[in-house]
Amino acid sequence: MAYDKFTTLNSTAVPLPIENVDTDQIIPARFLKATERKGFGDNLFRDWRFHQDDTPKEDFVLNKPTYSGKILVGGKNFGSGSSREHAAWAIYDYGFRCVVSSFFADIFKNNCLNIGVLPVQVSESFLQQIFEAIEKDPTTTLTVDLPSQTIRLEETKAEESFEINPYKKGNLSNGFDDIDYLLQLKPTIKDFANQQPI
Amino acid sequence: MSAKTLFDKVWDSHVVHQIDKGPDVLFIDRHMVHEVTSPVAFLGLKNRAIEVLYPERTFATADHNTPTLNQHLPVTDPLSAKQLKALEENAKAHNISYWGLGHEKNGIVHVVGPEYGITLPGATIVCGDSHTSTHGAFGAIAFGIGTSEVEMVLASQCIMQPKPKKMRITIDGTLQNGVTPKDVALFIISQLTTSGATGYFVEYAGEVFENMSMEGRMTVCNLSIEMGARGGMIAPDATTFEYIQGREFTPKGDAWDRAMEYWSTLSTDAGAHFDKEFFFDGTQIEPMITFGTNPGMGIGIQKNIPQPTASQGKATYEKSLNYMGFSEGDALIGKKIDYVFLGSCTNGRIEDFRAFTSIVKGKKKAPNVTAWLVPGSHQVRKAIADEGLLTVLEEAGFELREPGCSACLAMNDDKIPAGKYAISTSNRNFEGRQGPGARTLLASPIMAAAAAITGKVTDPRTLN
Repeated sequence: MAYDKFTTLNSTAVPLPIENVDTDQIIPARFLKATERKGFGDNLFRDWRFHQDDTPKEDFVLNKPTYSGKILVGGKNFGSGSSREHAAWAIYDYGFRCVVSSFFADIFKNNCLNIGVLPVQVSESFLQQIFEAIEKDPTTTLTVDLPSQTIRLEETKAEESFEINPYKKGNLSNGFDDIDYLLQLKPTIKDFANQQPI
Repeated sequence: MSAKTLFDKVWDSHVVHQIDKGPDVLFIDRHMVHEVTSPVAFLGLKNRAIEVLYPERTFATADHNTPTLNQHLPVTDPLSAKQLKALEENAKAHNISYWGLGHEKNGIVHVVGPEYGITLPGATIVCGDSHTSTHGAFGAIAFGIGTSEVEMVLASQCIMQPKPKKMRITIDGTLQNGVTPKDVALFIISQLTTSGATGYFVEYAGEVFENMSMEGRMTVCNLSIEMGARGGMIAPDATTFEYIQGREFTPKGDAWDRAMEYWSTLSTDAGAHFDKEFFFDGTQIEPMITFGTNPGMGIGIQKNIPQPTASQGKATYEKSLNYMGFSEGDALIGKKIDYVFLGSCTNGRIEDFRAFTSIVKGKKKAPNVTAWLVPGSHQVRKAIADEGLLTVLEEAGFELREPGCSACLAMNDDKIPAGKYAISTSNRNFEGRQGPGARTLLASPIMAAAAAITGKVTDPRTLN
């Protein structure tokens, strides 16, 4: 599925300083029944965000009007657990384009990259600086620059570089997906398949 | 040629194309598809007007979102019914074999794959489900993927992945009585933490795994993802070959002999390099149980809930214990249990039902416990009846449900109510995993059985 190109993003950020945020929290399984990719943002962090009677839990960050933005900042080991791409869809559909953490689970990271959400892995100390800066001033902004692979805290100008596979970087910058690439390889794939023993 | 690991041998032989500084294009031998993570992928194919490249390498089964009672009746939840219908229609439109609800081969994708010999040593296997790691028990490279990747594999039979780093976990020694493969896996995860193997593909080696049955190896490999590993694998041996021989999709005759020649090369060469290695003493592993909200928060059954370690954030740890209604220093033995769940791709195989039955035989289910016994497949369900286990279970006050993922992820009606405690043989104790507000303690089938009898957390070794 094609998505918007990602180049530079300057935005306020939503802090979620909890570790091991698993994909069951990001979107619980009972909301995975759709057959189309629509409306998952409504159920993002459903059980942290709403009581069982569907009223909002006021102390959860997404329900606090002070915090908004296109960047979600989470504690270490973000996105562990289930492979459900619905977690990445929910984050995208809610309006986030970038997730920052000090560590990501593998499948979640891949899923994000495949749908145009940029996962930015920073050091533990830089993550703490971000949390502190947002706590001090929720209007503070972060700049995520994909071409130079840097993330900057605008208030202090503190900056860190982040890693991204050059191929994936190219895809995100151009809004390409892997299937476009794989379809070009079809003749090679077919030759290979013919040699496979099983 | 330099020494290679088992993982290297299988991975390298499936690389179709290497992208400079990019991921490898990896050929996928077997693609398992289920109803929850596939509809959007099929929709993608439709939008691009392309077909499934190799339907004969693709296998569809319904499991995540199926009822475990009255499967002969129409599915009542309209959204679930629509999702199941979508899989059936997509499979039909693309000539994919489809084992839907009620089909004699239906069951949890990671249970039926091995049962029918779809899972083979040296194969690459993917599925839109993180517990695809299960199939690594056969010496396959098997891992979970997202829906965009499901679409990729349907379209091209390939996936684009950077080659993971390699880890080996060696456990020698003989396991104590009452220590099962589930305990070995929970022990490893408790040592490495829930993210300790992220970025790695794991090989399990040593006497403990060599002496394990295929069912046990599947349980261990299944839980690899719970420490962040993409997958885990065990070198195929006589136990593996004996298990797969003669199954419906396994090679026969000359093809079997040729396959055996290849499979016998599938082990790690002496001196091959691993990026990380761990060694544990199998004799020291105790029956394990979890007390928190990730599978890394596990302890030996006789221990009390510990204080957070330096690497665990105190706030996150407290949130977790608060959710569970536990405190640091608490003993788990004696805690009241409301629900028992035996099943899932982790512990829903015949051996798990044998183990559970061996404990409850001649006893009665505690009146305060609701027990859900959900076989992993129709074949498992049939074996439970054929082996006489069903009679024993019924005499002890248990009922057997129909196969599916069930309360492991609580997508269907099998939800543990808020605040209730469940001992589950499944794989995740995340907040709300088994139902909003449900509190899960992960354990082995025999520990689940002991709790089902006493109504509280019990060391199965102390039960007469």
